[in-house]
Amino acid sequence: MDQIDNLKAQILEQIAAAPDLGVLDAVRVKALGKKGEITGLMKTLGGMEPEERKSFGQKLNVAKDEIGLAIDARKSELEDAAMSAKLAAESIDVSLPPWSEPPGCLHPISQTIDEIVEIFAPMGFEVAEGPDIEDDFHNFTALNFPPDHPAREMHDTFFLPPDEDGQRHLLRTHTSPVQVRVMKNGKPPIRILAPGRTYRCDYDITHTPMFHQVEGLVIDKATHMGHLKGCLVDFAKAYFEVDDLPMRFRPSYFPFTEPSAEVDIGCSRAGGELKIGPGADWLEILGCGMVHPNVLKACGLDPDEYQGFAFGMGVERVAMLKYGIPDLRTFFDSDLRWLRHYGFSALHVPSLAGGLSQ
Amino acid sequence: MKFTLSWLKDHLETDADLDAITDKLTAIGLEVEEVIDPGAGLADMVVAEIMSAERHPDADRLQVCTVTDGVNTYSVVCGAPNARQGLKGVLAKPGAVIPATGDVLKTGKIRGVESQGMMCSVRELSLGEDHEGIIELGANAPIGAGAADALQVEPVIDIALTPNRVDALGVRGVARDMAAAGMGTLKSLDESPVSGNGPCDVTVSINLAKEHTHLCPHFVGRVIKGVRNVQSPDWLQARLTAIGLRPVSALVDITQYINIDLGRPLHAFDLSKVGSTIGPRLAEKDEKLLALNGTEYTLEAPMLVIADENRALAIAGVMGGEESSCTEGTTDIFLESALFDPINIARTGRDLGIVSDARYRFERGVDPASSQSGAEIATRMILEICGGEASDLVMGGAAPDTSRTITFDPAHVARLGGVDVPSDESRAILERLGFGVVPEKEKAWTVSVPSWRRDVEGEHDLIEEVLRIYGYDEIPMKSLPRLSSVRPSFNYEQRRTRRIRRALAGRGLNETTTWSFLSEAHALEFSENKHIFPLENPLSADLDVLRPSLLPNLIAAAARNGARAMPNVALFEVGPRFEGNAPGQQTLVAGGIRTGDAVTRHWKVHQRMVDAFDAKSDALTALAAAGVDVDRLQIGEAEKNPKPSWYHPGQSGTLCLGPNVLAHFGTLHPSVLKRMDVDGTAVGFEVFVDRIPQPKKLTGPARKGYAPSQFQPVERDFAFVVDTDVQGGDVVRAVRGADKTLITDVTVFDVYAGDKVASGKKSIALSVRLEPVKATLTEADIESLSTRIVSAVKKSVDGQLRD
Repeated sequence: MDQIDNLKAQILEQIAAAPDLGVLDAVRVKALGKKGEITGLMKTLGGMEPEERKSFGQKLNVAKDEIGLAIDARKSELEDAAMSAKLAAESIDVSLPPWSEPPGCLHPISQTIDEIVEIFAPMGFEVAEGPDIEDDFHNFTALNFPPDHPAREMHDTFFLPPDEDGQRHLLRTHTSPVQVRVMKNGKPPIRILAPGRTYRCDYDITHTPMFHQVEGLVIDKATHMGHLKGCLVDFAKAYFEVDDLPMRFRPSYFPFTEPSAEVDIGCSRAGGELKIGPGADWLEILGCGMVHPNVLKACGLDPDEYQGFAFGMGVERVAMLKYGIPDLRTFFDSDLRWLRHYGFSALHVPSLAGGLSQ
Repeated sequence: MKFTLSWLKDHLETDADLDAITDKLTAIGLEVEEVIDPGAGLADMVVAEIMSAERHPDADRLQVCTVTDGVNTYSVVCGAPNARQGLKGVLAKPGAVIPATGDVLKTGKIRGVESQGMMCSVRELSLGEDHEGIIELGANAPIGAGAADALQVEPVIDIALTPNRVDALGVRGVARDMAAAGMGTLKSLDESPVSGNGPCDVTVSINLAKEHTHLCPHFVGRVIKGVRNVQSPDWLQARLTAIGLRPVSALVDITQYINIDLGRPLHAFDLSKVGSTIGPRLAEKDEKLLALNGTEYTLEAPMLVIADENRALAIAGVMGGEESSCTEGTTDIFLESALFDPINIARTGRDLGIVSDARYRFERGVDPASSQSGAEIATRMILEICGGEASDLVMGGAAPDTSRTITFDPAHVARLGGVDVPSDESRAILERLGFGVVPEKEKAWTVSVPSWRRDVEGEHDLIEEVLRIYGYDEIPMKSLPRLSSVRPSFNYEQRRTRRIRRALAGRGLNETTTWSFLSEAHALEFSENKHIFPLENPLSADLDVLRPSLLPNLIAAAARNGARAMPNVALFEVGPRFEGNAPGQQTLVAGGIRTGDAVTRHWKVHQRMVDAFDAKSDALTALAAAGVDVDRLQIGEAEKNPKPSWYHPGQSGTLCLGPNVLAHFGTLHPSVLKRMDVDGTAVGFEVFVDRIPQPKKLTGPARKGYAPSQFQPVERDFAFVVDTDVQGGDVVRAVRGADKTLITDVTVFDVYAGDKVASGKKSIALSVRLEPVKATLTEADIESLSTRIVSAVKKSVDGQLRD
């Protein structure tokens, strides 16, 4: 019996001392393997008297189980230690900056046009486009600018050299020629927006030779000036994201609308910071009016049957007001720092459901 | 246009205060730009008299004046030529802020003599432009009184007028509008004839052929003899000064005044310089005239001059002549009040580059009925201020008959304006504006238009007048009624362009917007046929040609960023390039550029410069976003699609679908970059958005049906040895073509040329993914497909399977 106790104690000591899984396995084989010491003792059972076999066998089985458990325990101990050592060896400095692709961005002009269209979309407006190079008819004559009218001079038009037929084309001075193209090519009811590049021969702190406008046009048999006001108030509140937005429609003059108005929104300059909303000051944001009967006639529509409104706004101007961009000229400078600051993520698609400026 | 409140009240009986008046002006379309209160800056200034003026000991042009404000005396060094003993002027004492400069006045030494203050000019007080001398107040100005009172300064209202409202280019027209808007009543104006003392010495002769009589339909005048062309009275000088005009002499001031007061330009000639006849005629070729501004102009028809029998005296309706102008010594004058054709005046003014108050009004259209009344009013004022005796009026032509009536249905105000204006109110508004209204119950009215409203042509104009005066604020707002169905606002092409933008931004490119024009030199670098389209009137030589490509402006933008120490540039733009100078000769291009590092120095990754494949990837991204199946794209054959000269010939390509070139990409040509002063490498791309074919519309669900294969996919690697000049893309296409159903992906994972392959050859290694749809692939199936792949590559590019 002491033989078992001694052997067990010896083996348990070896298990406890096993420094790694390899040695532990050798101990296991030496004790429990086919030729192992415990196995060897098991083999002696057959030659014993039944009485002895029973007590020796019982004790041997207990020792065997004990050794088995000790091996398993030591094994998981050694495995844990090995994993800990492996993990310790694999540590990295997670404070280091990772590599990432520098993000790109959208220009505020593109984003602002997307915002504007988004607001007018549920009102049923579709986007129309026209050429940057225009003829006199579409840019002026059809829009009720008589030849030699002083309003023409105010447009600072860029001209192209006359062609073989003596016709002198020009760079469109506003997006209004798109109105003419839409009315000539389509039939009311019309609800369109026309964003695009426009050109005037002028360059200073508030003028650039190229800028962007969005034109709006609604033509049917019933749209009146109350709709014009309602539509633009709905737009301005949504665009500037100010519910309590004072607005003012001032009588003005454009050759292609009558009555005409300029639209101001309220603002405050208290503390030197421009804030859109209720306040002491006004900011002009757009021009508008009821489409002039002469324009309807020039486009082949009967002014006794059809009426409607048109408006035009400067994209850069409304972007500057909304996003606090101080200088118009910076829109066209391609300064990467400016683009990254005032630009918009590709994933930032303005929507009415998800918010415009987010 | 500028005027003061008291000036307005000459014509308008009103109790309204300044704020009420300015608010109403803006509300009816006479937009107040600014209210200037010059008195605010004069608090520190007082009336003072020069008691003595001595020559400065060390300066010929300076005087040392002893000045009193009634309490103290001051020694003031003054450079004004008109400083003299007895003059009463405006003294700024040390500590006062000079309005024109904002500087605080200090006691200082001027050429060694202490100056204890300053006698101010009109300009120094920001009351006008005059700086020829110090202000001279009337002899009865009380010494020590505040300068604001003595100068009769009052707030000046500056309104911005729209080009249609010539009637409001006179203070009286503004008053009429205000009266119409309920801000008071319009006072009457004495336009009655002044009885002359006999026939006029000068006869009027309109020397215009019949086809030119419209250039001056009416010419009125008279001689006034025995006038004293003295200084204008204080009130007149103060009014002109207040609105920034310089008082000259009574005769000149009176014509200036009536121009502003009534919007009626007039001219007074010195009779001693005028012959026996006067009138308009066409300028002769190269006829010269020295104008009042001291400039000699060369004239030609159809410019109009006012001439006597000998020579031109004035540029009609634009500017008087120097020689026939009134001077201090003038005693007899010929007063002219005429009507000129707006278009001709505008053209003359533009061609000669003359800006004048007369031109400004005539080119917009002066009241055609006002020639005679203007002459009468001016005569009365001249007689009152300068004395003298007037002859009978002389006249050529006649005031054109502009009378017209408009049929006006008061119900149309609500139809167009969306507000119910009571018809009595509509009528009252029109009548207060000077329209004649013949109302009829339940029927359209007949409305006659006053002569001064040449802008009013039809019923819509009358509706505007009613709404403008009734108030746009009174129009109730109505949201646009919804349409029964809402479609996307953007059409397919526009949606595609939006996707391209956001896809490129998603690839790390920054969107920019550059001019549609550039310099001729840059245009020529990027124009294949050297065909360029210049502007006729460019803003500058840098911006004088329409852009034939988006790249040059992007390259210039990259260079500017490089100069700001940002060498790693990734920019794109979506916009037009121009292929002609007629409407429609433009195409939409998505272009981009990258310079510097594609991957910057970083501890984790290898630094890498941009290369042609970055640009290719950008172009493919844009095309994929636009719905192109990029696997079907081919690199265009050099013979059929010559690459643009601005790309590196060995590092660029075209992306085509058959004969349709959708994009160029590659490294930009080093010589082009060098000529554009750009250092280093740049790569770019141009995607021709308009040429991208539109995918077929699906008839059923919005996506094609799809079910992932149930069977195990297999990957197999192949390496082919091909001639060096064989295009890798062709190898890939050959492999794909071996079985278009089974092969779902082909990836090139290695390209090798070197010792281990024969000279003149290269090895291309590909991984092919097979996705069976009917049954799991057997070894035999895979063997068979491999054989087909190998023979396809053999056939297409003479490639051999590498051992």
